[in-house]
Amino acid sequence: MSWMKSLFVREYQLANRVGGGALIGVLFFLAVVTIFPFGVGPDMILLSRIGAAILWIGALLSTLLGLDRLFQADREDGSLELLVMSGRSLELVVLIKCAAHWAATGLPLVLATPVLSLFVGLDFQSIVLVTLTLLVGAPALTLVGAVGAGVTVSMRRGGVLLSILVIPLAIPILIFGVSAATAGAIDSNNFLVPFLFLCALTLFGLVIGPLAAAAALRVSGD
Amino acid sequence: MNQLKLICQGVACDRGGRRVLNHVDFEVGSSEALIVQGPNGVGKSSLLRVIAGLVAKANGTIELEGGMPERSVAEHSHYFGHLDALKPLQSVLENLSFWRDFFEPAAFGGGKVRESMSELEALDTLGIAHTASLPAGYLSAGQRRRLSVARLLVVPRPIWLLDEPTSALDKASEEVLLGLIADHIHAGGLVVAATHLPLNLPNTKFLNLSPVTTESEHMFAGADLDDYFDEDEQDEG
Repeated sequence: MSWMKSLFVREYQLANRVGGGALIGVLFFLAVVTIFPFGVGPDMILLSRIGAAILWIGALLSTLLGLDRLFQADREDGSLELLVMSGRSLELVVLIKCAAHWAATGLPLVLATPVLSLFVGLDFQSIVLVTLTLLVGAPALTLVGAVGAGVTVSMRRGGVLLSILVIPLAIPILIFGVSAATAGAIDSNNFLVPFLFLCALTLFGLVIGPLAAAAALRVSGD
Repeated sequence: MNQLKLICQGVACDRGGRRVLNHVDFEVGSSEALIVQGPNGVGKSSLLRVIAGLVAKANGTIELEGGMPERSVAEHSHYFGHLDALKPLQSVLENLSFWRDFFEPAAFGGGKVRESMSELEALDTLGIAHTASLPAGYLSAGQRRRLSVARLLVVPRPIWLLDEPTSALDKASEEVLLGLIADHIHAGGLVVAATHLPLNLPNTKFLNLSPVTTESEHMFAGADLDDYFDEDEQDEG
């Protein structure tokens, strides 16, 4: 068990130190959400109607931004080889790396959401719902993204390809996340069904993500 | 007494659609070193990576006799390659402690467990104890290399797979490293090293790799060549 803790602590520390990129995601999130009111215009009714979608898309793009380094940094310095041949379950290694990555980059996005919600004119109930759906749904984005990160680990500019690969897979998460947040704001009876689907997608990602990413990493040594 | 024996038979490996290794055979046992020799690009590193399980082999078998049966060869091995596996943002000690915590120690066969060193002992042995709290990014190439060696000392593993182990090291560090490898061999460890420089190690066997052509095969050269280096049998550690 202690090796898991060591790995988590190391990954979390590396993400938070200078150049680790944990804050970049939040700043990018801020930038994406801020340009929407400029583009759409000062129409508060329109903005608050699409506000949940703006926040979700912003969170998706910010998550993708940091994911390309998830395994690539380890590959470049040789750590990945040692992780692969160590005999530790590579699926668990991937899962722990995802958890640390999410704690360092995803969680700040969720925490920033209530503040950024004000930019797009959401009311209190919508703010709570968007934050809640992101809290539940953003890990799924990281886990699905980890598969793309594993597949593109050996490419020099894999980040763009990673986004192209992952965005289609993230569509269901986006659909249920946004529909839970917007439908719930209109009528709270409509909240539960899409929200449970969102939970299911996260659980699904929790299983598929590490399995697929570990399979991709195993053949990356060639 | 449980002796380890690493046996490779007919190992072949393709990289980038080209066959780089064909019919490689060798045996190396506890307290022995196998030096893999040959010109650049002949597949020395590929052979080590195949043994480490990082590159899939196209053919042949790699077996370890006397090891833990449910563990792979890779899990018995330390791989010391060209890359140092260091995080420049973390301190020297943090880097080393992480690998120590992360790796599961694999004991030698037959209870001949060599005591693994603590992190500071290992750094001291390699002469970089004074850098312990520095970020690894500030180390010179040779110091990074030495820190990477320290990983082999803090986690006991019976097999050491060394790829050009002396690169970037100065004369004194090279002596220290060769002494440590010799200690490992005397303690019942097993070393497979790829190099094109002569390494002064005890109980050495040689494997000469030659470029793969359509019909030629790698020659088995596992014969004892101890008399090749007269002074090899002396202890160096």
